[in-house]
Amino acid sequence: MSTAADIPPADLPPADLPPADVLPPRRKNRVWAQLRANPSALFGATIVAFFVIIALLAPVLPIPGPAETDWGAVRKAPSAAHILGTDEIGRDVLSRMIWGAQASLLAGVVSVAIALGLGIPLGVIAGYRGGWTDAIISRITEALLAAPFLILAIALAAFLGPSLRNAMIAIGLSAMPIFIRLARGQTLQVLTEGYIESARAIGLTHLAILWRYILPNIFPPLLVQATLTIATAIIAEASLSFLGLGQQPPAPSWGSMLNTAKAFLEQAPWMAMWPGIAIFLVVLGFNLLGDGLRDALDPRET
Amino acid sequence: MLSFIGRRILIAIPTILLISVFVFVLQKLLPGDPVLALAGEDRNPEILAFLREKYRLNDPLYVQYFHWIGNALQGDLGISLRTQQPVLTLIGQKLPVTIQLAVMALIIAVVIGVPAGIISAYKKGTWIDWLANIVALSGLSVPNFWLGIMMILLVSVKLGWLPASGYQPLMDDPLQSIKVMLMPAFVLGTGLAATLMRHTRSAMLGVLKSDYVRTARAKGLGEMSVVVKHALRNALVPIVTVVTLLFGELLAGAVLTEQIFTIPGFGKLIVDAVFNRDYAVVQGIVLCTAIAFIAMNILADALYRVLNPRMRNS
Amino acid sequence: MSFKRTLALTAALLLGATWAQAADLKIGLAEDPDVLDPDQSRTFVGRIVYASLCDKLVDITPGLEIVPMLATAWTWSEDGKTLTMDLREGVTFHDGEPFNAEAVAFNINRSQTLEESRRKSEVASIASTKVVDDNTIEITLANPDATLIAQFADRAGMMVSPKAAAAAGADFGNAPVCSGPFMFKERVQQDRIVLEKFPGYWNADAINFDSVTFLPITDGTVRLANVRAGDVHLIERLSATDVASVKADGSLALDQAVSLGYQGITVNVANGDRAQTPIGQDARVRRALSLAIDREVMNQVVFDGVMAAGNQPYPPTSPWYNSAIPVPARDVEAAKALLAEAGAEGVSVEIQTSTDPVGLQLLQVVQSMALEAGINVSIVAKEFATQLSEQTAGAYMTSQIGWSGRVDPDGNIHQFMTCEGGINDSKYCNPEVDDLLNGARTSNDVAERKANYDAALAILAEDMPIIYLYHQTWLWAMTTKLDGFVAYPDGMIRLQGVSLSE
Repeated sequence: MSTAADIPPADLPPADLPPADVLPPRRKNRVWAQLRANPSALFGATIVAFFVIIALLAPVLPIPGPAETDWGAVRKAPSAAHILGTDEIGRDVLSRMIWGAQASLLAGVVSVAIALGLGIPLGVIAGYRGGWTDAIISRITEALLAAPFLILAIALAAFLGPSLRNAMIAIGLSAMPIFIRLARGQTLQVLTEGYIESARAIGLTHLAILWRYILPNIFPPLLVQATLTIATAIIAEASLSFLGLGQQPPAPSWGSMLNTAKAFLEQAPWMAMWPGIAIFLVVLGFNLLGDGLRDALDPRET
Repeated sequence: MLSFIGRRILIAIPTILLISVFVFVLQKLLPGDPVLALAGEDRNPEILAFLREKYRLNDPLYVQYFHWIGNALQGDLGISLRTQQPVLTLIGQKLPVTIQLAVMALIIAVVIGVPAGIISAYKKGTWIDWLANIVALSGLSVPNFWLGIMMILLVSVKLGWLPASGYQPLMDDPLQSIKVMLMPAFVLGTGLAATLMRHTRSAMLGVLKSDYVRTARAKGLGEMSVVVKHALRNALVPIVTVVTLLFGELLAGAVLTEQIFTIPGFGKLIVDAVFNRDYAVVQGIVLCTAIAFIAMNILADALYRVLNPRMRNS
Repeated sequence: MSFKRTLALTAALLLGATWAQAADLKIGLAEDPDVLDPDQSRTFVGRIVYASLCDKLVDITPGLEIVPMLATAWTWSEDGKTLTMDLREGVTFHDGEPFNAEAVAFNINRSQTLEESRRKSEVASIASTKVVDDNTIEITLANPDATLIAQFADRAGMMVSPKAAAAAGADFGNAPVCSGPFMFKERVQQDRIVLEKFPGYWNADAINFDSVTFLPITDGTVRLANVRAGDVHLIERLSATDVASVKADGSLALDQAVSLGYQGITVNVANGDRAQTPIGQDARVRRALSLAIDREVMNQVVFDGVMAAGNQPYPPTSPWYNSAIPVPARDVEAAKALLAEAGAEGVSVEIQTSTDPVGLQLLQVVQSMALEAGINVSIVAKEFATQLSEQTAGAYMTSQIGWSGRVDPDGNIHQFMTCEGGINDSKYCNPEVDDLLNGARTSNDVAERKANYDAALAILAEDMPIIYLYHQTWLWAMTTKLDGFVAYPDGMIRLQGVSLSE
């Protein structure tokens, strides 16, 4: 699995080059070609791209403001004036969906960035150093993994106080142990490869070895996991918001829209329908993309 | 085998202790005075002071922790601040509920996921495979709680087919009990079915390629017999392992589903307890789910070894 | 034995199908009650269970008059310091213990001295009790207390079995023993509370159910779906926005009563550093915010007009309401003028609230209305537990919070508005208001009390430490087969005279 790596030659000064035969073969083009040939992955990428573009364009799209209220049009069904209907205080649901996409996508990406940013160093250090460092980090990781993910996120979000930013931190921290474990396992595997021995033999510092050989080689599986975790994180943000611990009004996020909508299921089912469908689609998109990446990066499956 | 399990349990002990410390510290960090939440509308300072003293909230954190863990080791998990019921009683009340939900969800997941995985592997690369994959991924991608409220709206409110919430103990009225739990179990089961389908597919793919199946085919056995009797039997090892792991996750993972369907299980108890700052309950439930989770992990590993003789010697 | 059983069977057959079907009444509650000990409990929802479990010394009518329950009559001494109560004869507790003057004395003592007791402040005026005879008790007060009888119409007046209470101590709530129409059978937290008919109930003829089961169903939509599907017979706290659909449903009946409590925005005027804000320091800013809000439109948008707009601690329907200060109409110009006068144009106001969606919805309406008057409202959602502790600690600018209400007006105003009030989180302090509110406590003359409250409310309408917004309307939805239900402004469910028909 770890052979599926991509080391840009520019990073390697000639002097540091290990013997050519231990360098993993370049797979960049092959990966890209495979991804392009995979209709599911392309479909996923398209969905994700669609939502990203919509979210980015929110300020320039010809839609009412997400906080513009109209007391005369409270909980109105979809119509020409409001294609997706209006919400509990007369705001345009389409506009809130589009602005809400920002919050939901951001929640997915930022929390995974937090998980990666903390998880990779810890995992790599544990794997690389071994011994006590490894034992301590591994035990803590196991403990965190045994505590239910959502409960952990709920407790953390409650501790930090309900807001989108805090929800992202809470989700990021709760997702971190998976990345620690993955990064550690991958590091251990990479360490058994001959080129690390060679790099040590020619006297490279630990930092250099970590940076030039280990990180690039453990990257692909982490990328796959990260893509899939974005999907999980988006659902987690929605779940926290659904419990009132995420995005706070009047700012919209799909999860907080659902939280409000559940009180009006009978009178205004559209309020619950659109955010749910959007979450479903974007999560499906990330899942398809992640699957495609996995297939492309892991030669065994194909 | 026994020594393997023994070793795993020994390793699990520090992990569980760590979880208990972690949860203990985390919830003490939660803003909001539990006693104030307890005091409700009438906040009499004199009573607040008494309650703080009574529940040892004035002690240093480590004293509180050692007091708690000391009692916990003797089987006393404390009492719920909110209702004053012993936490152990609560766990005893909730465990059967969540187990029933988890088992029903697993059954639904197995019934959907395993056949779908087999067919998908058998028809690898065809549109059937592709469709099964998309459906499985959809199951993974739909937010449980949203599916839950939508099903309540459709099945209970609009059609009136199934009750929208509640719980009926299995022993009292088995049929009603299953009926009440059907919708939440289905909601939970969809996500699991997806996971299970994908694992089944990859396990079957491995087996179908093996010499063993090729031999069976060469012997002129019918396709059905080859797939079901020979291939599936071998693919069962990883499937059973995954099911066991999923069960452990389920015990802890039914949080939102229980919330939506008002099922009085672990998940609902713990969420309400976090919001009410009911420390002893949070602590007890997390400890319990963590133990269950780890136990299921050990069981999965043990099963894997039993079912897969090649592992025994390694 | 077998003859008795035959008799009972025959009786059952004679009574026909009604009797058989009336066996179990299922009630959907909006929350899970807390501990079931009248001296220790603190939630509104718990009181709904007590209405079937524990009888009180006195009860109220829907019109808020105090009527006999376990006490059949009572008289005040001339100086208002001695209350003599005649007790109902032949009443027993669920464990067979007799209810008598000794039991009342025990209960008052328990409310006062049990360390966990939440009732202490409610019975604080009682100096001593004297058992005159089995059915007469004399209660002596340290100072006149006009609110005491109303306290006896609530948890402080609930009588528990002295024997059971003495045996269980602070754990009494795990198996409560009272003298109400139903006995405690079992409780599964967050799932159900089951009560069984108490055959020895003094008013047993009024009870038509063999048992009653309370099911906490927190989600409003799910609660409604349950009563619609016939899985429960009655639900409390129907969502205001579901009223229309219940009215349209031929199989459901709706009942409602404006509550005794209020919902509003509490302003931190002197509770620590966070009080040093324009809205905390200048009553004109508070009045401007109040004027900027159209309470009727708010009620319409958020509650489909079902709640009652308000501007005082008790609703306009209350006999204590000061009609000289009606619910103000929205006046954006006047609000702007007040802000200009205070030099606070474009002032920022932070309102904290719990993460409850209804409160958030309400505040978003407030936010949008205030903006038109030049007040920038920001909403900070906290978990309820956090909101409470920050409010007590003074770590807030303003806070959206309510009060479930008490029968006596004192319960809605004294502890919030007096300098030393137990729940005075705004730390508003005005000696004049203190005098008026304390004075109203010591008089048993209704007209005199009303005059005191009117005067206090006139001052509070100027100072406005709490901006009252609306009064909740209790809403019950039930199957049309349920007969005899009466809506009470205290939001309780009294099962006397209620029956199920086919």
